[in-house]
This record gives sequence, C-alpha cells and structure tokens, in this order.
Amino acid sequence: MKKFLSGNEAFAEGIRLARPQVISAYPITPQTIVVEKLSEMVEDGSLKAEYIHVESEHSALSCAIGASAAGARAFTATSSQGLLYMAECLYYAAGGRFPIVMMNADRSTALPWNIYGDQRDSLSQLDSGWIQAYAENAQEALDLALMSYRIAEDKTVSTPFMANLDGFILTHTYETVDIPDREQADRFLPPYETDNRIDFENPKNMAFSAGPDTNYIFKYKEHRGVLAAREVITRTEAEFAEIFGRKYSGLTEDYRTEDAEYIIVTLGSIAGLCRETADKLRENGVRAGVVRIRYMRPFPNEEIAGVLRNAKAYAVLEKDISFGNEGTVFTNVNSALKKAGVNVPGYNFIGGLGGRNISAADIENIYSAIANGTDSVNFIGIGGEENGK
Amino acid sequence: MIEIIWLGRGGQGAFTAAKLLGAAYTSDSGDKYALAFPSFGPERRGAPVRAFTKLDTKPVADRSQTEKADYIVILDDTLYEPQLRSLLKEDGNIIVNSKNDIEGALSFDAENIAAELKLPTVNTVMLGLLTGISGVATEENAVEAVKGYMPKKIQERNISAILKAAEEAV
Repeated sequence: MKKFLSGNEAFAEGIRLARPQVISAYPITPQTIVVEKLSEMVEDGSLKAEYIHVESEHSALSCAIGASAAGARAFTATSSQGLLYMAECLYYAAGGRFPIVMMNADRSTALPWNIYGDQRDSLSQLDSGWIQAYAENAQEALDLALMSYRIAEDKTVSTPFMANLDGFILTHTYETVDIPDREQADRFLPPYETDNRIDFENPKNMAFSAGPDTNYIFKYKEHRGVLAAREVITRTEAEFAEIFGRKYSGLTEDYRTEDAEYIIVTLGSIAGLCRETADKLRENGVRAGVVRIRYMRPFPNEEIAGVLRNAKAYAVLEKDISFGNEGTVFTNVNSALKKAGVNVPGYNFIGGLGGRNISAADIENIYSAIANGTDSVNFIGIGGEENGK
Repeated sequence: MIEIIWLGRGGQGAFTAAKLLGAAYTSDSGDKYALAFPSFGPERRGAPVRAFTKLDTKPVADRSQTEKADYIVILDDTLYEPQLRSLLKEDGNIIVNSKNDIEGALSFDAENIAAELKLPTVNTVMLGLLTGISGVATEENAVEAVKGYMPKKIQERNISAILKAAEEAV
C-alpha cells in the first residue's frame, strides 16, 4: 500500500510490521513522532505490545534490556542528548548480546543547544558495540525497521541495532512510501526465539561479571558478533528483495564509481544531492562518483578500499567532527585504505552541523577542491587546516 | 521540478496543505515523486511558518528549502511583502488570501469560501485555488488526498472547499 508519510511515520509503520512485544521510550525532538505513532498503534490495537512510558532515556534502554532478557522483542527510540544519556546502557545491551532495535533521530549535541540534525550523536557511540545503519529516505527507513530485527536476532550476530535517520531532513519530510502487507512481513520476520533469556524452568546466570581471565573472551565474541552482521545483512537483503521486490546493496551504495576519478564518500540523506551533483558534473566531463555508507558498524573496509582504489582523489563529507582531529567517518575511511594498501589523496569536509544547509553549490565545490588539492580537514563555508597532512 | 512555498501562521494548516498537495500529486500511478516538509524547528501558534512541496517525475534528491519557487501560496495577507518575488522563478506566481487587490499577486478572498463552509481556516481553499490556477495536480487527486489524510468528520467540508476554490480560480 502506498502512503505519503514522514520518515518517523514510515519507521513506525516498519516497527508495527516487526511486532515488537515491548516498547519503552522517552520523547525527544525530532524523534517524538515515531513514539507517538507507536503509542497510537498500541492504543488502537493494531500493534499488540506493552508500551512503557519511562522517566528518562537511561530507563528507556534499561527497560528494553529487561524485556529482551525476558525473551521479548524490544524497541526504543531516541536522539541527541537522549542517546548520550543512555550511553551507559548502550554498552550493557551490546555486552549482554540483547538484539534490541533502536531508532535514533540524528541531531546535534549541546552546547550551544540546538534541536536540528547532524550526526555527532550516533557517531560518538560507534564503540558501544551496536550495529549502526544510516537511512537515506523514508522507504529505506521503513525497510530498515523490518530488516533490523532479522539482522540483530540472527544467532551468529545477537547484537543490538541502531537505525539512524537524519533529524528533520528525514524524520520530518513527507514522501511516498510503499508499506508491505502484514502476511509478507510475517513471512519475512518470524517471532523472536532465544535461549539468552530468564527461564524459571531452566535457570541460568545472565548479565554477570567476568574477571581478567575471561573478560576478553566475551569482548572478542562481541566483536565477532558485529562482524558476523556483514554476511547476515547481505543474506537478509537478498531475502527481502525476493519477498518485497526492493533491493539494497549491503554496507555501501555506489553511484557511478566504476570509472570515477573523484568520489565523495558520505552517509545519510545528503547522498541524493551528491548523486545529482555528480550527474551534473559528468555532463561537463568531470568523472564524479558517490559512495554512500549504509552501515558504519560493521564498517565496510573492503567495499570502500575497492571503490576508491582507482580514484584520483576522494572526499569524506560528514556532519561530524572529533574535536582536535578530524571527522570520525574520515578516520574510518582512511584506515580502510591504509589496511588495503591504497594510497589515494583524501580530504575531509565537515558540514551540516546544527542543521546548517549543505547546498548543491557546496557539493560542486568539494569536487573541484579535491581535484585541485586542498587542506586535510575543511569546514564548509569557513575554511580548512592542514592538520597533520 | 515544480516547487511551491507555503506561507501561513502557526495553526492555519499551511503544512497540511503542503502535504496534501504532495499526496495528491503522487496519488496517480506512474513516475510521480514528491517531498513535503515544514520549515523545521519549534512550533508556535500564530508565528509565521513556511512549508514546501517539491514535485517531479523522478525522485527528488534535493531536500533543502526551496530557493526559487514556481508558486508562493500565502494564507494570511499580513505575511505578503513585495520582496517575496525574489523567491520566485521568472514565470512564477504568488497566490494570496486577501480581501484586497495586491499588485504583483493573484489575490482571492479565500476566507469568504471558508466561512461559507464553516471552515476555521483557509488551507484547503488555497490548495483548491492552486490546483485550479496551476494544474500541478487535478482537483480529483486533491479530493483523494483529503480522503486519505484528513479526519473523516472534516473531509466533506474540505472537499467542498477545494472544488469551490478551483472553480473560482478558473
């Protein structure tokens, strides 16, 4: 069924189809609408779930961990300072191998206080052990909601899943979305079953301590779990395409990169404008391409190195800065290239912080800057710095 | 791409109109794509608000606010100012709800139609005027959008508003 929906509403539709049994959430702009919609669905009976209003984000995720430990499929959603407030629990959820799904509406972090979109909130939590996906549009958001549980709950993965939607630009923008029907969704996503749960018939110790002799083994397994998601994502997307007819391309999405000399690597909703700009430049003979990172964890090391290998230069465009160094996506991309022995000049472009618009002209300027060589780290509209280059 | 900027005051339903137009345009099958979004940020009743609708025959990649519009639709004439023309494409038009003639804009007394139908606001009247003047979506599609996205009990009056306004615009 086709509907004209916002990113938040589309994600809520995907979650309704995924049938979580427990939803615990605390509202925060620009996530509010997704939890409002879900509470309406619980109220009208179209989603049979326990909806728990909690007093904080820390409790929202704690509640979801408790539900998951009881064997329930659990969902929560947050944004910005809310994500940071629940940071302690992020590590508990990942370490406990609880396949909770969370939607994060990417929003700037204080101070200065600001409710608009950038990606500093979720990118600051890359090390928490969660799978991290970034949607570009409302359809992908809905489809991610449905696929996320399949990936998180896979026994080789057993890892919580964070689906990121750019605040406002994606969460509050309306577009046409195809909502799968219930039978198809049920066929795609069976109910959650796990041994990693409290069971009075078969008691076991959960969420325990582990000293220096065994702790690192748990951490190694946690790492292997996130890595295992890589193959599970591919398999899940193939099955998804078979049932719903929509294809996704794994950890990255390439656009006109086969013969590209200049490539922008980016993530989230700005990718569309990058592709349009690449098209325009190609009409003038510039061989421009785009790589959209769909998953930051597990990180697409091989994919990125494979695509950038034959480029003359690349830019990483991100709505993030790790103060005193560079954007975190840039750090990750550079590491992928170093490991693969690829030596192509790369430059970092920081934009969109606090919701500032990134225009088509800004993107054109990035392509021309990397063709001519520029500073290592560049703040769009302000300037750049060598920073160790 | 056809781009529309909606101007209204918080509570007048400018964004609802922007959304209805997007839903109307895409209700036909085929290659029709739309984005609709409000000016982002805190909401306040009575404060000036902007909303945007972008219509195209391919997916709309540019999610930023419209800088050059085909139409600017103004729900409250106190928000009209001549400088708005700088936001228009060369052959663009401004449609404004006003009891007075406004130079450089197409003005209609939308409140009159709204009052007749006992509607508290003019948003669907303005949507009807826009479809009548521009043909960016048909009245039938606009009616479908009302049926799909407005609460049942206010559908009938809003449908009448669209049809009546579209007729008046021609």
